[in-house]
Amino acid sequence: MRYRRRASPLHAARAAAGGAWCSALAAAALAAEHPVVLVGLAAIVLAGAAGAGVLREVGRVAAWMAPWAVVIAVVNMLVVRQGFTILARLGEVPPFGQVDLTLEALVYGSLFGLRLLVVASAFALFTVAVDPDDLLRVLRRASVRSALAATLATRLVPVLAADARRVEEARRCRADHGGEGAAARVAVLRAVAGNALDRALDVAATLEVRGYGTARRGSAGGGRPWSRHDRAFAASAAAIVALTIASRVAPIAGFETYPELHAVAGGTPAAVALVLAYAVVALLPLADRRGIGP
Amino acid sequence: MSAILELEGVTYTYAGAQAPSLRGISLAVEEGEMVVLAGRSAGGKSTLLRAASGLVPHFHGGAFAGTVRVGGLDTREHGPADLARVAGSLFQDPESQVVLTTVRAELAFPLENRGHGPAAVARGVEEAALALGIADLLDRATTELSGGELQRVALGAALAGRPQLVLLDEPTSQLDPVAGDELIWLLRRLNEEWGTTILLAEHRLERCLAAADRVIVMADGGVACDAAPRDFLRWAGAGAPELQTPAARMFREAGLTPPPTGGKEARLALRRRGIDLEAPDAAVTTDATAAPGDIEGRLNHDGGGSVVPRRPEGAPVGAEDLSAPRRPRRAERRAAALSFDGVWHERRGGAAVLRGVDLAIARGERVALMGRNGAGKSTLLRHAAGLMAPTRGRIRTAGRVALLLQDPNDYFLHERVGDEASAPALAAVGLEHVADRHPRDLSGGQRQRLALAIVLDAGEPAAVIGLDEPTRGMDRAAKAALTERLATFAAGGAAVVVATHDPEFAAEVADRVVLLADGRPIADGPAAAVLAGGWYFATETARVTGGRALLPLQGAALLADRGRAEVGA
Repeated sequence: MRYRRRASPLHAARAAAGGAWCSALAAAALAAEHPVVLVGLAAIVLAGAAGAGVLREVGRVAAWMAPWAVVIAVVNMLVVRQGFTILARLGEVPPFGQVDLTLEALVYGSLFGLRLLVVASAFALFTVAVDPDDLLRVLRRASVRSALAATLATRLVPVLAADARRVEEARRCRADHGGEGAAARVAVLRAVAGNALDRALDVAATLEVRGYGTARRGSAGGGRPWSRHDRAFAASAAAIVALTIASRVAPIAGFETYPELHAVAGGTPAAVALVLAYAVVALLPLADRRGIGP
Repeated sequence: MSAILELEGVTYTYAGAQAPSLRGISLAVEEGEMVVLAGRSAGGKSTLLRAASGLVPHFHGGAFAGTVRVGGLDTREHGPADLARVAGSLFQDPESQVVLTTVRAELAFPLENRGHGPAAVARGVEEAALALGIADLLDRATTELSGGELQRVALGAALAGRPQLVLLDEPTSQLDPVAGDELIWLLRRLNEEWGTTILLAEHRLERCLAAADRVIVMADGGVACDAAPRDFLRWAGAGAPELQTPAARMFREAGLTPPPTGGKEARLALRRRGIDLEAPDAAVTTDATAAPGDIEGRLNHDGGGSVVPRRPEGAPVGAEDLSAPRRPRRAERRAAALSFDGVWHERRGGAAVLRGVDLAIARGERVALMGRNGAGKSTLLRHAAGLMAPTRGRIRTAGRVALLLQDPNDYFLHERVGDEASAPALAAVGLEHVADRHPRDLSGGQRQRLALAIVLDAGEPAAVIGLDEPTRGMDRAAKAALTERLATFAAGGAAVVVATHDPEFAAEVADRVVLLADGRPIADGPAAAVLAGGWYFATETARVTGGRALLPLQGAALLADRGRAEVGA
């Protein structure tokens, strides 16, 4: 899963705007309490991914996270003894002790897992739709050294992955196949790790001769006029953040799990309204398809 | 003119090394010169370039003595990043020289590092892209580019700040002949039109000598020769024959002087002497009996005294039926050591890499697979070794296929040479004396021999030995040793299949050449027929002799024969 420029409004937006938009969605999920809001945010992130033409990549991450959400819910139900609504009494279960399974613990764990799923999906969207080079320029304005480390790390990952593929092929070409099963995999890992330092040195040498050592803070990028997409996604991110803050301060669409499930601050109707507001402000920038080509 | 690069008494030893890589080097490169650095591997070429870029000593550490000044900047006081304003650098491996994800960002990167404003960056990117002909790649992801395209992008990044000096370390070693020639022409254009000083380390001198003003030969860390190309060739003819270009060697063997620096000069010299190789009766056999003088005996070491087939009169170069690919007969396929029967490889959601390949390679046959990057050479070898499966068609082998992939380092999984392969396998490649050393402490040639021992180290001898680009970065002496080793394997009954971009090596090593394009053979025949009839996929000797000889000694015999004919007339 990696960034590839596609014809979409999100790809056409500058990294600062696109990144802020994805981060605002993740922040909204972290702040949300009501299950309706979390489900709505998950749908908005997936709709955003579809609008950016990366639904398959983001959907894969969401599908990978779904079982983890279930695991979190189950574990929470096993270890948390709060909640009035008992679903089952399991008695003494080592190492958990006396276990009473409660509906509240199950719902709390499920909401936590769902929140994690939305955050992971938002960052998956960030990874595949926000230009990392542009992001690096933004980062360099804040810290040259951190940007250097980030550049080395981001470049090294695909280089080492390619090295691993080659070493694995070479292992298969050996007359002894370099061992079998786990031993063979360990041998390949060891060889790739051995190469990593050489590779890192090559990339670092290239950075040096490209003048990275003299890079000045704030010297990079900038100056590019703000496009309609830059403005739209930046405004959308600001609106999502404003809605999130408002929902917490007001408060609206609250939800309490312990000791008993209880919708507060306007309940489900407020949650539905909040989701609709999120959907409008988040998805509107994706409707503008002018000037989105690479 | 003033010196853009000056070295005074430079001696340098890498950290942890026993011997210095540079010994008391003093030289100057003037502004606007195009200088070729030649010499055998490990002679100090790369270290000299790294000293000029400031990586030595700032990046590599070690013990450094002497002075290097680049554009007036002393490298002891200025690091690589400062020197990058004056000198752009390009190394061998394009993979580790491209840092960012899009071509545009890659070209902008050095300019941004120097603090140029957005307008200057945009202009610099545009200029570099136009100068290198990569404007259409600007918005492409660097991960999607071919090796040749990546190397151009890396050169673009090196040139983006319009440096006065460009340092290049074997930039064509991983490119096909087309991309390699284009890169050299690009450098020539930079040098001639914009006055950029070029310092280029290169093994295949026939590619760049005609464009060079000067050649510096490095040997054992010192300067062995520093002369104009023609004087260098005279020097090489007398004392370092492995550094001669094929055309110069052909002239020397034929007793002609002065040595030519390129194909055009060679043809002109022959015409001035009244030797017309375009005449119909110029097509001669170059077997030993037709060769005059002392060339006669040596022909057998220079391509086995093979015969360049007589082209039908009036037929264009390359039109021989001998090189037309054909579907092998059933009996041929059954007797073959390796056969491909209508083999396709179609990528899911992508293009077809192999398109119905029909090929049969007999036991003991030596075959060179040629073609530009992406033509399907490596894919074909991977299918033969079972690393990839065809999506259609069938592959048959008469036994085990031992495949040596491009980088021998990928084969090393242990800390000791003796643990990588058995003692008999090491002895077979002449490495029994280094069994206790670490594989990465071996020289480039030794590493390749060790990798060969690893893939051949089985109870059952390999029916097919495949090698993918085995001569990358190799000097001529190492290539000659590899040629001899492969001939020995073939004599033992193994089919040898070599994917290579190097026509000179292909002419030496193979008795049959298969030229691939778009995943299928477009020429298949004796080396003499395929390599004599092209522009790119032809040896320098073939280009000079109009395809009538492949290798220098064959060419010399032809010239001697023609010379006699002209005198007789």
